Amino acid sequence: MQGVQIDLISEERLENLTSMEKIRMILDKVREGTIVILERGLEPEEQSKLIEMTMREILPDDFNGIEMETYPSKEGGHLFARLLGKHPSTRLTVIGPANQLRMIRKDRDLISAWVSSGEPNAP
Amino acid sequence: MDIFTVTRGRISRFLAAFFRKRHSRIGIYGPPNAGKTTLANRITKDWTGETVGEVSEIPHETRRAYRKRDICITGANGSSLTIDIVDTPGVTTKIDYKEFMEYGLPKEEAIARAREATEGVAEAMHWLREDIDGVIYMLDATMDPFLQVNIMMIGIIESRHLPVIIVANKIDLPDASPQRIRSAFPQHPVVPISCIDGENVEDLYEKMVSCFR
Repeated sequence: MQGVQIDLISEERLENLTSMEKIRMILDKVREGTIVILERGLEPEEQSKLIEMTMREILPDDFNGIEMETYPSKEGGHLFARLLGKHPSTRLTVIGPANQLRMIRKDRDLISAWVSSGEPNAP
Repeated sequence: MDIFTVTRGRISRFLAAFFRKRHSRIGIYGPPNAGKTTLANRITKDWTGETVGEVSEIPHETRRAYRKRDICITGANGSSLTIDIVDTPGVTTKIDYKEFMEYGLPKEEAIARAREATEGVAEAMHWLREDIDGVIYMLDATMDPFLQVNIMMIGIIESRHLPVIIVANKIDLPDASPQRIRSAFPQHPVVPISCIDGENVEDLYEKMVSCFR
């Protein structure tokens, strides 16, 4: 059967991983052509490292990078949390290979994406 | 270099030394082709008479972070700021060398450019985590500001508690909508400018002096 693998990863599973383990897991899956859906998104520091590591792994005709979308953070959070320096909680995030995943539409509560199973990277 | 630029630079450096203001590294970040290098060139040309880098319509013309040191900027009330400007490559999560071939580059050159661009983006992210004290986040005011890369980058900058000014560039173009950018990021100051013709750039200098001091 032809198709695209989609992995939905729970918040509990993510909580048991270190930042580098999360990023490595995401990149390994995405490089294999899997679409990864995280129940809870990455922290800003992890997003920064994900961009950096993605750039270091891009290869011509093999891996072009990632497409990633998340809902915007819930604005502000509670005043008490902000006073304690806590950031708004991250939300559901979709990550996939840049050559297979295209975002069609996104707003505060909806992400609409198109996934292809083709191999447009082939030379 | 004209006499006005030289004199303004000298006065600015004198005021900065007199008031002993902190020396900060200000990174210019944003997606590809937003006008980051054009702004870096304008700032350095206005205050030192020199330029930082080349600009072109091909994305990722800037593929290394370039630092121009000791730029003294003076506001209208005489307060001043000494900064290093760090011009960075456009931040993205994907780079395909075939996009460069669409601009007429041969394959080998396009692959080399893509490789340099990936290294440059990785380097820019590293700078942001380690070596930047404030950010000018540059957006093309004719484009959708709600791109994921913009949302991510602003989140990363906020998580590091860095002061940020969002610049809505290209207001000389008919489709420009700085208001759309203000709506996207209401928590940060937004300065609409045109880097090409210099419109409103003095407003940006005022905001830099107040925000980055």
